Amino acid sequence: METYFIQATYFAAAVAFILSLKWLSHPITARRGVLVGEIGMALAIVGTLVHHDVISYQWILVGFAVGTAVGLPLAVFMPMTHVPQRTAISHALGALAAALVGTAEYYLHPGELGTFTMTVLSLEVILGYLTFTGSLMAFGKLQDLVPSRPVVYRGQNIVNLSLLGIAVLVGVYLVLDPTRTWLFPVMSALALIFGVLLIIPIGGADMPTVIALLNSYAGLSASMMGFVLDNKLLIIAGALDGSSGFILSVIMCRAMNRSFTNVLFGGFGQVQVSTAQVEQRSVRSASPEEAAEILGSSSSVIVVPGYGMAVAQAQHKVRELYDALSKRGVDVRFAIHPVAGRMPGHMNVLLAEADIPYDRLVEMDEINSEFPRTDVVLVIGANDVVNPAARHDTGSPIYGMPILDVDKARTVMVIKRSMAPGFAGIENELFYLDKTMMLFGDAKGFVGEIVKELAGSRAVA
Amino acid sequence: MATELESQLFVFVLATFVGFEVIRRVSPLLHTPLMSLTNAISAISLVGSIIIAGAAKSELSTILGTIAVACSMANVVGGFVITDRMLRMFKRRQPEK
Repeated sequence: METYFIQATYFAAAVAFILSLKWLSHPITARRGVLVGEIGMALAIVGTLVHHDVISYQWILVGFAVGTAVGLPLAVFMPMTHVPQRTAISHALGALAAALVGTAEYYLHPGELGTFTMTVLSLEVILGYLTFTGSLMAFGKLQDLVPSRPVVYRGQNIVNLSLLGIAVLVGVYLVLDPTRTWLFPVMSALALIFGVLLIIPIGGADMPTVIALLNSYAGLSASMMGFVLDNKLLIIAGALDGSSGFILSVIMCRAMNRSFTNVLFGGFGQVQVSTAQVEQRSVRSASPEEAAEILGSSSSVIVVPGYGMAVAQAQHKVRELYDALSKRGVDVRFAIHPVAGRMPGHMNVLLAEADIPYDRLVEMDEINSEFPRTDVVLVIGANDVVNPAARHDTGSPIYGMPILDVDKARTVMVIKRSMAPGFAGIENELFYLDKTMMLFGDAKGFVGEIVKELAGSRAVA
Repeated sequence: MATELESQLFVFVLATFVGFEVIRRVSPLLHTPLMSLTNAISAISLVGSIIIAGAAKSELSTILGTIAVACSMANVVGGFVITDRMLRMFKRRQPEK
């Protein structure tokens, strides 16, 4: 009876999770998706609590209380600009849970596990621990606790790969002879160290790919736990998470025209001192008044937001600009590059938070044909994703990367703090075009001044 | 055991394919909520953690299990709440006033 009940709740939960992701595909049904996911989760938890193996509830309740105390404030009070950090933390927690369960399971039956169980358990533990420290490192970089510039040294890839190789080898040894229990802590430690080393050379611009990849690992680790515990619900949920993370990282890689190996071992975003020294060219800069005048008299405007907008917390000022221009009958849209920001979809969430309607947010492939018909493009805190060198300069590190063709618009305005190169350390020829106006200043302050100007001139008119 | 393994692998492969098909359709607009939702869903590792923490088989397994329960619970609660919080912000354009 009890087994049937548990199986029924698990079955319902699996169906609920798939529906949940299916409904997430569109903003209209998405919240229903969350609800059904919650129901599935609640069913699975209730089902598990009546499991005959569960004889003591006191520590479970402690875990529930601590988990809720940690998770709830993170979800309720975290500003949307910090969503990448929260995501990194939750990958770390999820991976740690999987690794710890694997560890506990191993020490409950030291040396008694079968070959297959031991194999998946090793995978679970290696993936879990490396994702744990890797995600913590990613969090540190996103939060600027550790330098977000990639840290590279000679022989780095050899060190990293051989470390992972040794960890896997130790795992194989352990599978062949599970009685060699001293190997287990060695394997765990190697995985923990590898996670840190894996993220050290990753630069800020690669964070979207890396976060997606860590997501995938965390999911796979949970799925492996399902194999170990013979729990099909865990296998399914982990596989869903794993494939989601995988798809996202493929999308991110494609949006940068790079391969996985290149992201993980390429050390992209190093400051290229030698190539950054190009001849001094002149740029045209403009004041908020001039910018406001041009924007106010245009009929179509496309805003290109980037990570700089998130850093400056400028999304609410951007919304005011959107309102002011829309009121004058200007058609304002937002062009979203897939890797803009620090995680997949980062810009969409920020702009949605600022109450900009989501039908104004347009993906790269859809909006690129619109630029030649656009009066003004306003680039806020984006750099490499609008660099025309990606189209024609075969020598450029970003050559071949799909970009937003903002240089085809009639006028381009770029809000930027200074002429310093972007994360990839590459000069952007867009800034030197005749049609480009550089608006030097803090994104939030500058957009605010444009809005003020627009309001002022409206009052006069 | 062999048949058990076989059905586990079946489930894994099929779930991966379902995942690919379902997630491919998610609009890039919602990629951030997608990540936090899948995160919450994979926190189903809570189920495994509960069994380890509640089975009281050894001191070590209870300690590790309890930490795992706390970690997974943080992701369950946090993941669903922040996903909903994000999705609430996605609004269509209001009709012209």
